[in-house]
Amino acid sequence: MKKYKKHSLLLLVLAMFLLPFLLDIYWLDVITLVLFYVVLTQGLNIVVGYTGLLDLGYAAFFAVGAYTTAILMTTFHWSFWLTLPVAALFAAIAGIIVGTPTLRLRSDYLAIVTLGFGEIVRILAINLDITGSASGIYGIPRPTIGSYVLSSQQDFYYLILIIAILSVLVVYRLGHSRIGRAWVYIREDEDAAEAMGINRIRLKLLSYATGAVIGSLAGSIFAVKMSAIAPLSFSFLQSVMILLAVVLGGLGSIPGVVIGAALVIVLPEVLRGAEDWRYLIFGVALVIMMIFRPQGILPKKYETEDRSDPEEETNDKNHSISV
Amino acid sequence: MDVFLQIFFDGLVMGAFYSLIALGYTMVYGIIKLLNFAHGDFYMLGAFIGYALLSFFTGDGGLNTGLLGIGAVFIVTMIIVGLAGMGVERIAYRPLLTAPRLSILITAIGVSLSLEYASMIGWGASYKVYPIKLPKNGLEIIGAQISFAQIGLIVLSALLMIGLRLFIEKTIYGKAMRAIALDQAACSLMGINVYRIISLTFFIGAFLAAGAGIMSGVYYGTINFMMGFIIGLKAFTAAVLGGIGNITGAMIGGIVLGIVESYGTYYLGGSWKDVLAFGILILFLVFKPTGILGAKEMERM
Amino acid sequence: MSILTVKNLKLQFGGLLAVNDLSFTVEKNSISSIIGPNGAGKTSVFNMITGFYRPTSGEIELDGTSLVNKKPSQITKLGMARTFQNLRLFPNLSALDNVKSGMHCRTKEAVWGALFHTKSQKEEERLIEEVAQECIDFVGVRKYMQRSAKNLPYGAQRYLEIARALATKPKILLLDEPAAGLNFEEKQYLIQLIRRIRDEFHITVLMIEHDMGLIKEISEHITVIDYGCKIAEGTPNEVLNNEKVIEAYLGKEEVI
Repeated sequence: MKKYKKHSLLLLVLAMFLLPFLLDIYWLDVITLVLFYVVLTQGLNIVVGYTGLLDLGYAAFFAVGAYTTAILMTTFHWSFWLTLPVAALFAAIAGIIVGTPTLRLRSDYLAIVTLGFGEIVRILAINLDITGSASGIYGIPRPTIGSYVLSSQQDFYYLILIIAILSVLVVYRLGHSRIGRAWVYIREDEDAAEAMGINRIRLKLLSYATGAVIGSLAGSIFAVKMSAIAPLSFSFLQSVMILLAVVLGGLGSIPGVVIGAALVIVLPEVLRGAEDWRYLIFGVALVIMMIFRPQGILPKKYETEDRSDPEEETNDKNHSISV
Repeated sequence: MDVFLQIFFDGLVMGAFYSLIALGYTMVYGIIKLLNFAHGDFYMLGAFIGYALLSFFTGDGGLNTGLLGIGAVFIVTMIIVGLAGMGVERIAYRPLLTAPRLSILITAIGVSLSLEYASMIGWGASYKVYPIKLPKNGLEIIGAQISFAQIGLIVLSALLMIGLRLFIEKTIYGKAMRAIALDQAACSLMGINVYRIISLTFFIGAFLAAGAGIMSGVYYGTINFMMGFIIGLKAFTAAVLGGIGNITGAMIGGIVLGIVESYGTYYLGGSWKDVLAFGILILFLVFKPTGILGAKEMERM
Repeated sequence: MSILTVKNLKLQFGGLLAVNDLSFTVEKNSISSIIGPNGAGKTSVFNMITGFYRPTSGEIELDGTSLVNKKPSQITKLGMARTFQNLRLFPNLSALDNVKSGMHCRTKEAVWGALFHTKSQKEEERLIEEVAQECIDFVGVRKYMQRSAKNLPYGAQRYLEIARALATKPKILLLDEPAAGLNFEEKQYLIQLIRRIRDEFHITVLMIEHDMGLIKEISEHITVIDYGCKIAEGTPNEVLNNEKVIEAYLGKEEVI
């Protein structure tokens, strides 16, 4: 069974590499966007899905990556590849800056504070000279590998595909490690996790920082792919769409979240002509999902074997306590 | 001095709108501990429904709506939006009252998106010009121009808030609300129809927000389907400032935020005023989450 | 020799004095209990010892190390584990994953090891798995190992919480009403379990309990508190014949 799974995964990756030969430019662009969303949703998945911290300003980290790369490449003429670690570092710092004051907040306050931070980042981008104000930064150079210039649609497709595969791998491996389990313990019951010797403050910050770094990677590549960026791409709505993809797919579930990313991007393309209806449909979808299937389309499974003994009755947790 | 006073009055008007919206936030939060993200959109809905009704009456018919007509539109709008608030609670929130917090927060975001983009589809994405404008004349106090309209709006907001206070303190429904805020389970054991009171709370919250919406429409002159988003956040800031769950706190918080922002806009420039408000919000949530008037919550496991 | 020393402990919630000038010690390798009427402040004492509440004043020492002002996670690492009065398992996770949480503070691999599957990381994962399974076997819930904690029978959930605490490799284990909600057979099993924890692992056990039968049977030392103050201590026989204790429980006729 496990082997079968591995094979089909390899097949899928192979198919993804062959895709540019099968698709026209238009659909290739759509799939490229899906892959951007795969990276972003995996990053947010760590924060919301694993650790259970509702972040409504995740687009801010996407922005940090994009602007760092754009500024370093245009103003300081850095190589694209060198901007990546710097962008990641800035994003990690930003993640810790957002994370630190929110550590002790309850989940709903946390949501509002992250939203506030997200808006502050966007307003900064609109108002600062270095970020090019409202019109943003344009004329971002193309990245090069040796003497080869990455410039075609296909080049960027492969670049983001590799990053998407890497981010899936990173999130998967973290999820199956001591760190990833600790994140999930915190989500399930913070106090109990702390009682088990898990330093929740350190692990929450690590979660924010890791999520931020992954988001910034997507941002850096976004900047060179578009060659122009503007604050509009990093709005609250962007954060909500990323969150929607994570929730739709299934919080904490890696394949679920990939499906969520694909749905959020491809659906509006299929429903062309009904563009005005896009956000209304997504809004209603969120409500319906939460009421009828809060675990998402492809939920994360925590029970590894099927439950086979039917004679066991599940006892009521609110058992009365004898005196 | 004249500028100083002028800014104060402008801030007071804005603050009154914040207060009216903050009341809904704080009441809903107080009673079911739900942060209703969609609350700002009731303000938007109020502005649009008021716009639609006023356009209908002042439009082709050439009917000259007097003060009485405007007043009637005002009240009808508030009632319609109040009912919409009840509807949202019934459809989206009630099934989730016992669900994890994360689910209900995400639902609230979904409701907000739905209301905003349904309005966009209904009324269009562009700015709408309000069919009636308030007269500009007023009086001069130590060099500051205070229009009668400003005074009227402040008085009207004050009346609504006084009305709410009386309702909460003097009526049996108000008592039930306060009781549910303390212990929901005990209330249902005592025979209080908890769902009905929650429903009523949503009605009042949306009703007041709609009042602010229509007032801001006639005051500022233009409306847009996204107008509720930022102001919703500001009103939440006001509610936190005053101590969330605290009715008087929400009123004071709104006024304080309006005035602070008004001065901030003057001295720092308009583009930074949102940063100022969010900065205040974050500082308060982190350092004094109970707000100016909030009681100290006992931390229990 | 004492392992845990509590000196002049005081806890104030606003105007309410929950714990007042409480002192007691727990002997190494003993099975000790704290009893007292509902609301006497027993769980508050546990919460202070494990770092969840900060005492208003007083001193708590584990093996000579002060625990005051330490975070719960630090205290666990120093060798103290606990269970909760109202079960606090990780509800959606499998029983096995629940128990693995205990090993977190005894292992050290970070992001790097997880990303590159280093040799030491793999070894550590194997160790975590091994210890977790041992603890699961020890409390006897192996057949539920892969099931979500919330789907386990109530009794098994209680045992699982103990297994999770054991996985932190504690010197002392604090059990907050471990028998609450258990039926007669389950209580008998629990008594055996607690004995085995002390005898086989040499872990000191301190528990809060309401079930006097259970306490009489396994407790070697009892501290009685009422209104946050210590009113008696000693062996079960001494304590249960103490006038003050009987008085404190009077009106709760079903207890004694």
